[in-house]
Amino acid sequence: MYTKKECVAMLLAGGQGSRLYALTKDMAKPAVPFGGKYRLIDFPLSNCVNSGIDTVGVLTQYQPLVLHDYLGNGQPWDLDKMNGGVHALPPYQNINGASWYSGSANAIYQNISFIDRYNPTYVIVLSGDHVYKQDYNKMLEVHKAKKADCTIPVLDVPLEEASRFGIMTADKDGYITKFEEKPKHPESTLASMGIYIFNWDKLKKALIENENDPAQDKDFGKNIIPNMLADGNVMVAYPFDAYWKDVGTLDSLWDANMDLLNPNIPIDLYDPNWKIYSRNPVMPPQYIGPDAVVENSMVTDGCEVYGSVDFSVVFEGVKIGKGAKVNYSIIMPGTIIEDGADVEYSIIGENSVIGKNAKIGTDPTAVANRDDWGIAVVGHGINVGEGKTVCPKAIISENV
Amino acid sequence: MSEKNVLGLIFSNLHDESIKDLTHRRTMGSVMFGGRYRLIDFPLSAMVNSGVGEVGVITKKNYQSLLDHLGNGREWDLSRKNGGLHLLPPFSHNQDEVYHGRLEALYGVWEFVTRSNADYILLSDCDIVANMDFGKIIDYHIDNKADITAVYATGNVRMDETNTATVLGVNDSGRVVDVLICPEMSGESNIALNVYVIGKEMLKSIVMDAKPRNLVDFEKDVVQARHKDLKIMGYYYDGYYSRISSMVTYFEANMALLNPENRAKLFIDGKPIYTKVRDNPPAKYGINASVKNSLIGDGCIIEGSVENCILFRGAKISAGASLKNCIIMQDTVVGKKCGLENVITDKNVIISDGRLLTGSAKFPLFIAKGAEI
Repeated sequence: MYTKKECVAMLLAGGQGSRLYALTKDMAKPAVPFGGKYRLIDFPLSNCVNSGIDTVGVLTQYQPLVLHDYLGNGQPWDLDKMNGGVHALPPYQNINGASWYSGSANAIYQNISFIDRYNPTYVIVLSGDHVYKQDYNKMLEVHKAKKADCTIPVLDVPLEEASRFGIMTADKDGYITKFEEKPKHPESTLASMGIYIFNWDKLKKALIENENDPAQDKDFGKNIIPNMLADGNVMVAYPFDAYWKDVGTLDSLWDANMDLLNPNIPIDLYDPNWKIYSRNPVMPPQYIGPDAVVENSMVTDGCEVYGSVDFSVVFEGVKIGKGAKVNYSIIMPGTIIEDGADVEYSIIGENSVIGKNAKIGTDPTAVANRDDWGIAVVGHGINVGEGKTVCPKAIISENV
Repeated sequence: MSEKNVLGLIFSNLHDESIKDLTHRRTMGSVMFGGRYRLIDFPLSAMVNSGVGEVGVITKKNYQSLLDHLGNGREWDLSRKNGGLHLLPPFSHNQDEVYHGRLEALYGVWEFVTRSNADYILLSDCDIVANMDFGKIIDYHIDNKADITAVYATGNVRMDETNTATVLGVNDSGRVVDVLICPEMSGESNIALNVYVIGKEMLKSIVMDAKPRNLVDFEKDVVQARHKDLKIMGYYYDGYYSRISSMVTYFEANMALLNPENRAKLFIDGKPIYTKVRDNPPAKYGINASVKNSLIGDGCIIEGSVENCILFRGAKISAGASLKNCIIMQDTVVGKKCGLENVITDKNVIISDGRLLTGSAKFPLFIAKGAEI
């Protein structure tokens, strides 16, 4: 039995995230560990729950094992509901054969029947790789008050970066008059966050029209939004001025983790009124050894630190040996940094081993030519041998 | 472990009187331990890890915090259609009185025990911190065709505590031949760990026989009084344990976890100790934080200096504060420039800026739940 839901969330989580290279070799981007004990998808999922949205379809496609396993029955987010809850929605076979999701709009199109079961008035489309805290309910209230057909949260970005985004032009009341996807010469600095609230009847119509037109790309930014605007729908830009980060690249993933350590950057994970939920590891408390130095960092359950950690994010079950140094780095779950290893400006994937006295990454000032510098990345389950060096900017996806 | 059905019964309130400060408003089972646990997590997790899938938790009084902690048992994987976790509040057959001893408590929950398909009953209290393999103990019981198996370990009876130890004399074939309850003695001996295995029918006959005779105490009226006519076997447990019988032993048992060897024996790979999930963020270490030889729970924010301490989830140590040999329970806030040594704070304590508090290792200073200093 399904009762009507006012708003159903559809979370796009099928993308490969190819710009995260080794980190998304075996897992979809939304499953990438973030912030010491989270995975990226925890942010939109927790936002849904905290906003009172209890029905979430998660559209999965690329390497879904880790993600599906992580979601489970949705219990960690309180989304194990009799009516509603979280549902993983991978592509499926039907009477006409099977087809992969060919774009964000097509993914939702293929799951119209899932949404229709809840007969929602509104559908919110979310992305599985954004780090932010947002009360979707407040946005929905604005959507209703402005009698909109579609509401899009927008960030005011610097003009020189505007070409990377979908850019809106809006009147003083926020009604969108023009939308351009990644324009060469942007007219405005209001950038789409890639999150949309739609009236479900309007979205459904647009999805069906889009699907039936072979010339279209089946993409929200490229097709659905401009088409709906052209059809005369009421579209509203909703200004969002809190912390938001798209972690699509290694640099932005590293930056977003470092932002958590910066007291001046407003993404507070410690707010009891807006918890970010995650699947909690079952591990003893972290142990900080007699000679350890831990400053300016986040460390979580199951870690054992005997060396020094500064400006770093250390996930559950990580061991950092004696004399090892971890600076400005992200160490994902279960990884072992052996004695004397030196890890700087690096991202180390899950369950990897950094051998004794190995040296991973370096300080940007230690490199003569700044173009040669970048975050060093070691993928998941990789062994870096004793005394080996991984250069800055290197991406390691095989044992060295 | 053999394919026998085993029902676990945990007594959450026995030994409350050993650490009155901490059990004033809660059961022994819900006393905080080791940075993120409650004492009941240890026997309960060990049961789950030993394949005991049906567990009753017997309560007596002040069990609100225990109910809150255990919920439906999901975090121990005991939210089950068949078996799973059952909370057993007091059930009295004689007016409004609650039970006085283990036997009387068992009589009170006998209907629950009857409904179980179990052949064997595993009894445990909450005063022992250990990660026992109960499967081995049950196999030992069956192999020896024992009437009762009592688990014991080598330990010291200490006269500086409330002295609640039961000491067992065990002969070469493993049979219990002598039982001393609260003996006036000191030195190394065989201390009962308050874990017993007993066949359901045997337990039934004991419990039903005890009721009309007004016998309430399992140790005294059964293990001690009947060790000649029942086959009571002693199972020697050689793993890690600590026994909590006073504030000092509670303090020591916590501090013992700072030793990596002890941790390795208690937190065994593949046999995790489960507890209630609190969804805390990771612990955050500020600029100038200094942490040495300490166990830190998730959600702590540390800006001061911490040495030889156990910080529970969500504790906050402000800048300039200096803590040594302390146990700081969850959500306690220690103000700026405080100096604390040998202090135990209960939950939600607030210590204002600049306070200096000192206890001693033999007499740790205890600060009650919610106190503001």
